[in-house]
Amino acid sequence: MSTTLPTPLSNSAGAAALNSAAIQSWKESLAKTARPDWRDFWQETLAMTQRLFIQLQRRPSTLVAGVVQPLIWLVLFGALFQNVPAGLFGESRNYGQFLGAGIIVFTAFGGALNAGLPVMFDREFGFLNRFLVAPLASRYSIVVASALFIASLSLLQTAAILSLSALLGAGLPNFLGLVLVLAIVMALVLGVTALSLGLTFALPGHIELIAVIFVTNLPLLFSSTALVPLDFMPHWLQIVASFNPLTYAIEPIRYVYLHPDWSWSSLVLQTPFFNVSLAACGVVLTIFCAGSLALIQPLLRQRMA
Amino acid sequence: MVAAIQIKHLKKTYGPVQAVQDVSLTIEPGEIFGLLGPNGAGKTTTIRCVCTLATPDSGRVEVMGIPVLTQPQRVRQHLGYIAQEVALDKVLTGRELMRLQAALYHLPGPLAQQRIEAMIQLLELEEWADQKTGTYSGGIKKRLDLALGMLHQPDVLVLDEPTVGLDIETRSAVWAFLRQLRAAGTTILITSHYLEEIDTLANRVGIIDQGRVIAAGRPAELKDQLGGDRITLRLQEFTTPAEAETARLLLAHLPCVQDVIINAAQGNSLNLLVDRQAEALTLVQQTMATAGLPIFGISQSRPSLDDVYLAATGRTLIDAELAAVGQRDLKREKKQAMKGG
Ligand SMILES: Nc1ncnc2c1ncn2[C@@H]1O[C@H](COP(=O)(O)OP(=O)(O)OP(=O)(O)O)[C@@H](O)[C@H]1O
Ligand SMILES: [Mg+2]
Repeated sequence: MSTTLPTPLSNSAGAAALNSAAIQSWKESLAKTARPDWRDFWQETLAMTQRLFIQLQRRPSTLVAGVVQPLIWLVLFGALFQNVPAGLFGESRNYGQFLGAGIIVFTAFGGALNAGLPVMFDREFGFLNRFLVAPLASRYSIVVASALFIASLSLLQTAAILSLSALLGAGLPNFLGLVLVLAIVMALVLGVTALSLGLTFALPGHIELIAVIFVTNLPLLFSSTALVPLDFMPHWLQIVASFNPLTYAIEPIRYVYLHPDWSWSSLVLQTPFFNVSLAACGVVLTIFCAGSLALIQPLLRQRMA
Repeated sequence: MVAAIQIKHLKKTYGPVQAVQDVSLTIEPGEIFGLLGPNGAGKTTTIRCVCTLATPDSGRVEVMGIPVLTQPQRVRQHLGYIAQEVALDKVLTGRELMRLQAALYHLPGPLAQQRIEAMIQLLELEEWADQKTGTYSGGIKKRLDLALGMLHQPDVLVLDEPTVGLDIETRSAVWAFLRQLRAAGTTILITSHYLEEIDTLANRVGIIDQGRVIAAGRPAELKDQLGGDRITLRLQEFTTPAEAETARLLLAHLPCVQDVIINAAQGNSLNLLVDRQAEALTLVQQTMATAGLPIFGISQSRPSLDDVYLAATGRTLIDAELAAVGQRDLKREKKQAMKGG
């Protein structure tokens, strides 16, 4: 394709257009006001988030796969354990009801764990340099943008899983229960996204990142209470599972599914060492989230390209 | 007046590689400063230190009087950076990318809108702004890259080899754009290994080689320091050695001639180094006529920046380029670059 090129570039009116009064007064105002502030932070965060949504809109296959995959899990795993005698899965009426919470959390976790990949590709491609040379209010905007995007996807996935579970006879948590489920998913997504982006900034390239994701993903699933209850596991695995953050996201969700009368002091998990209330799960997740964000701060600070 | 960019004794190593050994440069506001050097000279590394993308091992860098090391955030506000390789999101349209870029610099909505329109007009992107960048040709990509870099009207624009691999039309468009920016008061730091690019564009030039500045100043000054002009004289298409030697002896006696060399590789043509004066050429012609010697061709030229480089390093820029090719492990470098630091 031929591209006819600028004579207009040589006109001097261009110089005037470039350096308009409006842009000059904006630059002066920048120097005067204390910058950056939280509005700058939201402006950059929303713009980055918007980019991710535009990408999704133009490449919807990720969305379709993201919704279909957990549903397949639900059906397949459900079928696999269908004939396990009732009562083995705690209070759950059937395995399907037991499994819903696990799949919700595992799906959100997987999405958040992969959040670093597109950023890694941006980094390898040089696109991330645009963010790194810009006067961002904070590089946490990169983290929050990814988290917002993944969280929205997770909400959709969660809604799909909840609906299918309900169709399969698992019922639904009550309204406040649903709110709690969403809150838990959000906290988990934010924390894990932060860790994933931390890895993205720390590791040399996408091969290494994929390797780490690969060796983290399934082991964390199997060493949590996503697929079987704690007292079903051998002792050593019980110990591992009671320190697995996923367990602290799964158990409250499972509990509110079964107990419309849940409260913060409800006992949701009995480990070999301690009993955990719903409030305590909330605290654990909050600490996990804040800890992840704090942990990656030095990585975000460094200069890199 | 505070310098636009001040670099003092910058040093940066990557493992065993001394990418930048000792670079000191001062770039005044409003000028186009050209950083010239062969492959691997340390141009990109220097620029990455200026643009807050790499941390120097030692030395001081200031942009508009603001130290890069301690106040990177404020420096970024003043800088526009256009990387050696254009990196765009191919799923987004040009306009969408410009909106994103505007938000990264916190331009308020209406102003961003106005700037985007102005940039589209200025760089003639009307036809392309709403197409996905994945469909752009190399030249259009570069124009969008320039638009993105100038969106927030930085005081200092840094361009790393902006015309490498571009067609001639786009290259002259980039040049025209840069001249326009200078007219609007923007300071420009540009790297290149094209001599003629720096020669035509830059007010001042720094020549860098193996991580050191080997010459800096106005192109004309640098060339003047080398002394006189060059005259190339051919007596016949293929001059005999004897005839050439006769001419050489005659010419060497002229007061305005500093040196004469017979270039056997070019049909025994004569290369003269002469004082810079208007009559030099005529004097040479007269001498030949008086002695009854023929003239097949004669031309006079100023020393080029390549001669400056040659004088400082004992090799031409082209030779240095060729030597550098094959010495570098590009894959390893790319990996290293990502690790950054
Ligand atoms: N990230 C890196 N890791 C290891 N070595 C590097 C890295 N970046 C640059 N180098 C080395 O430092 C030296 C200077 O490189 P630099 O990229 O600054 O040169 P340049 O002048 O920009 O070259 P070019 O004209 O090819 O772009 C080279 O020898 C190069 O091999
Ligand atoms: Mg370079």
